Amino acid sequence: MKHFIPFIVAGDPSEDVTMDLAIALEKAGATILELGVPYSDPLADGPIIQRAASRALNNGMTLTKALELIGRMRKKGVKIPIIVFTYYNPVLQLGEERFFALAQQNGASGVLIPDLPFEESEYMRTLGDAYKIPYISLVAPTSHERIAMIASQAQSFLYCVSSLGVTGIRDSLPAELHEFLKQVKLYSRVPVVVGFGISTAEQVDRLQHVCDGIVIGSAIVQKIEQLQDELNDVRTRPNALIAFSQYVVSLIEPLKRVGKNESQTTTEPTKTVSTGQTD
Amino acid sequence: MLTLPNERGRFGMFGGKFVPETLMRPLADIERQLHEALADPSFHAEYMHHLYEYSGRPTALTFAKNLTERLGGAKMYFKREDLNHTGAHKINNAIGQALLAKRMGKRKIIAETGAGQHGVAAATVAARFGMECKVFMGEEDVKRQALNVFRMKLLGAQVIPVTSGNRTLKDATNEAIRYWVEHCDDHFYMIGSVVGPHPYPMMVREFQRIIGEEAREQMLKVEGKLPNTIIACVGGGSNAIGMFHPFLEDDVECIGVEAAGKGVHTTEHAATITKGTKGVIHGSLTYVLQDEHGQITEPYSISAGLDYPGVGPEHAYLAHIGRVRYESVTDEEAIAAVQMTAETEGIIPAIESAHALAKAFQIAPLRPKNETILVCLSGRGDKDVQTVMNYLEGDEPR
Repeated sequence: MKHFIPFIVAGDPSEDVTMDLAIALEKAGATILELGVPYSDPLADGPIIQRAASRALNNGMTLTKALELIGRMRKKGVKIPIIVFTYYNPVLQLGEERFFALAQQNGASGVLIPDLPFEESEYMRTLGDAYKIPYISLVAPTSHERIAMIASQAQSFLYCVSSLGVTGIRDSLPAELHEFLKQVKLYSRVPVVVGFGISTAEQVDRLQHVCDGIVIGSAIVQKIEQLQDELNDVRTRPNALIAFSQYVVSLIEPLKRVGKNESQTTTEPTKTVSTGQTD
Repeated sequence: MLTLPNERGRFGMFGGKFVPETLMRPLADIERQLHEALADPSFHAEYMHHLYEYSGRPTALTFAKNLTERLGGAKMYFKREDLNHTGAHKINNAIGQALLAKRMGKRKIIAETGAGQHGVAAATVAARFGMECKVFMGEEDVKRQALNVFRMKLLGAQVIPVTSGNRTLKDATNEAIRYWVEHCDDHFYMIGSVVGPHPYPMMVREFQRIIGEEAREQMLKVEGKLPNTIIACVGGGSNAIGMFHPFLEDDVECIGVEAAGKGVHTTEHAATITKGTKGVIHGSLTYVLQDEHGQITEPYSISAGLDYPGVGPEHAYLAHIGRVRYESVTDEEAIAAVQMTAETEGIIPAIESAHALAKAFQIAPLRPKNETILVCLSGRGDKDVQTVMNYLEGDEPR
């Protein structure tokens, strides 16, 4: 089966709910979890994830707490790889080494920093190697001749930004996307996943044939936003989690269909991304 | 020092390109075209032509005779960037970037603005060069600066109120960058200060160094020697870099003045170098006002143009190596300097520029009469009259 990589923000709408959402996502078929660390100035994010970040920051979420939350997820039995998605500044303030040490201790499986492009990321990649935490690289539709350079250093999987712009829900994806993904696949030794703007089962269905996995962020975060009151109330939370899971399952239904009918063409997640479990 | 930034866009450890991958190629395109343009005499000639024929350069160097006599120390000179078209130094950069955009075949301009000075400059050059212009402005600033919003609209620009974050300059810049990420194929992002990812800090400096180059010639002509001290205000820091840069290799004391707001001992200030720590903001590694978790904090100054939680990376570097000294001036001191300059010299300065003036007034009496102090009077104060009035009548500016 292809990778399904949901994105949620740590602490949105609360730490406890984030934990329950992670468990629900694994059950619903997530093969990798992307855990967003909230940031005051998220340059690569659209309004939905900006609002989620604000909610999480208002709840007191920090980079350190987000890493510790991964540790708690591991203790609760979440087995899939968890990628830390964070902007660079919080990492810089925590200290790069300390960041990797905490990521390793808590069972994180990779790190993705959207505002740290290839040219600025050498030190982080070196540290990632030392701590055995893969540094995930991104390529964008504007990357062109940069694709080969970035792909040559890619670890775990290569994240393709589907279209120009920030994260969000898009009605349509660019016509050139398939060509772009094909081109990236030519250069990549690791699975190629695509994200930004993907928000419907129909889009998932069309894209799955040209990539190894799909990242869905804003659509899932928007669902959490819609359900936040029910999720926050422990009495209504179980039902809200069921509604959430049903929504997620409906989004990725096309992936499961293929998983059953086609032979596996992609690399197993466990071979490329360690689950990073400490126990 | 003068050859910086290096090929990676670094001034020492500061600067760089901390942006999403999508922008790396557009930035490389701008960098390549900028280098070609700067090496092309016809580009320089066209830039100078517009500065002289449209913006009214060269700007005057005014001897502040009355203030000098009153303070009884060093002779004070003002570099009169307030006499530029649109009333501030911002137009120097706007003309330069518009010409580069034209050269790159881009006819759509994006700009961010706080108080509206850069927004007005961008809207002005867009009108002059037949370009489309979108100005991102925090909703809070849109309310506070209604007159400038209307000026931009009158000039044919579209003003887009930004509702994210605290709805001020930092958020307007975030939103302008986000818009640029989506439209980088046919839009040119015209940054208003020496901030942002490489090559912006260098580009804006190159389009502002005319301030210092002219002032240097004028001082040599009038005084027969270079000034002993140069003072300029620093928000992002474009007028200060423009003023300082041509003097960096000389034996000239340079002082950058940040906004201390209600005091650097409070949380309400914008003294980024004085009180900030190293961090990344808007694509650049520099000094930043932030909390211990790396979240950017909200700055404060009565002066909207200095109300920014970052600072140009070249300033961070010049502070780090000790070539430029950075000090700060409170709202109260700045307003007093507005009044004193108005009453004594018949010039109403922008509150931004009044920060530099206030520092000059503190220093001048301590220096001998044969020394000279050159102050960059970066903009005129018409836009601030209401703010000054509210302050003097005891209303809180926010």
